[in-house]
Amino acid sequence: MPKVAVIGVGQSAFVRGYPGSIRELAFEAYAEAMADAGAQNSDIGATVICSSPEYDKQRSPAGVIAEYCGLNPQPTFYVETLCSSSSTGLKLAYSLVASGLHDSVMVLGFQKMSEITSAESQERMGRGADIQFESPFGTMMPAYYAMHAKAYLDHFGASEEDLARIRVKAATYGQINAKAVYRKGVELEQCLSADPVSKPLKVFDCCANADGSSCVIVASEERAKAMGITKPVWILGIGAASMPINMSCRDKFHGLAVAEEAAKQAYAMAGLGPKDINVAEVHDCFTIAEMMAYENLGFAEPGQGPELIRAKETYKEGSIPVNVDGGLLSKGHPIGATGGSQVRTIVLQLRDQAGDMQVKDPQFGLVHNIGGVGLYGNVTIFGR
Amino acid sequence: MPKPEMDTRFSKFGTVSFTAVTKVNDFIGYLEEGKVAGTQCTKCGQKFFPPRSDCFACPGEPVEWFEVQGTGKLMTFSELMYAPIGFGEDLPYAIAVLDYGDFKVFGRIGEVPFEEVKIGMEMVTKVNQLPNGNLNYVFEKA
Repeated sequence: MPKVAVIGVGQSAFVRGYPGSIRELAFEAYAEAMADAGAQNSDIGATVICSSPEYDKQRSPAGVIAEYCGLNPQPTFYVETLCSSSSTGLKLAYSLVASGLHDSVMVLGFQKMSEITSAESQERMGRGADIQFESPFGTMMPAYYAMHAKAYLDHFGASEEDLARIRVKAATYGQINAKAVYRKGVELEQCLSADPVSKPLKVFDCCANADGSSCVIVASEERAKAMGITKPVWILGIGAASMPINMSCRDKFHGLAVAEEAAKQAYAMAGLGPKDINVAEVHDCFTIAEMMAYENLGFAEPGQGPELIRAKETYKEGSIPVNVDGGLLSKGHPIGATGGSQVRTIVLQLRDQAGDMQVKDPQFGLVHNIGGVGLYGNVTIFGR
Repeated sequence: MPKPEMDTRFSKFGTVSFTAVTKVNDFIGYLEEGKVAGTQCTKCGQKFFPPRSDCFACPGEPVEWFEVQGTGKLMTFSELMYAPIGFGEDLPYAIAVLDYGDFKVFGRIGEVPFEEVKIGMEMVTKVNQLPNGNLNYVFEKA
């Protein structure tokens, strides 16, 4: 398989109410990634635009964004897998480059969730599940993840405090991420005494909606060389899976089978295992999501995730730093932009450009991005 | 020539239904008779809940209805303190999954005090009439 490198990354600040339209929001990440790669538009062979529909009125946003960024006449593709849209976009970009069809591809993810109210957003998000047989009961994302939290705590004898510890860690790093939407420290007691949203999940167990964009440019080895890229970050392993959308078609709730499957593929392709990973970004839309990720990715044995966070092994100085940019719990979660933002963090880490968030000398990094409640799963492994 | 009448029974499913027409509209017919029903492939015997009109293993083979009977084991649940648009009047309510062995059922917990709900408990699935005239089903203590 030909080598594929990430040669440029960019991200807008994630904010509660972006004062511009989706094309302008997307342009922010585009501009940063282009500058990062030192690229001209003629260097980009194709674009993959990623978001989750029903937040803005624009149909087929790929056309609007490609035009605004000056990326015509290159072909553009629109990719949607809910919260994992832009990591799915990365898989498509990887495939286009590895196949030789294009020698460089831009993945641009965006979401302007503030176009609608928070309650409307919950309803739209809930419809990322089975609208025929589940939504009529009144479902929403926190409730689905809460069902997983309930099962996890019951199955392994873990506590709500273990989940809260994950939020405390996220908040520790959110404070030093200039692009995060929530930049305050959070105490354990504050998490535990917060209002319940969907039991056992409370306010601080949940991430916030946000507006944001992310951009990742990938290229073939030859193209990266020709462009004079000095710190390419290689895509070593890329796994993707899907699982039944309806909860009644799942075998278990104390973990996400979709992540286990995607991770297995990614590790096999990279020829690496969990112990080789030096820094990871995992999909922590809720604290329970990060807890399950520890185990589904093999950082901890099943049921040992709480030990990992209690011992602070997932802090920056620990054996496997996770979400040391504050995670979605601090950054906010602009659905279509999320995966690209996670990739950006890992790429900066592997280039030793992560500033105050920098982990010491990482060789391999991992991104875990989930769409829906374990409906879609992408795990990608990067190396310097 | 008059237009053929469309069978929109499924718009009666749940507090807010997002689907009006489906090939498993008889699901609502069964609810109206006080029965919760799934489908089963007539060739391979696979049971489906929620019901479906097609078996993915045996395309083209007919499916038949079966009634959800007896007790299932509660796999997990959550009590909602916030609700999406259209469901605010129902708060608080709990969603859950019951395991019947060869199929599972996703739905709401009925009139059971939440402090008495425990993972692993045996529950039954019962048809429930909603205030707006619609129908769904709920899980009650066995």
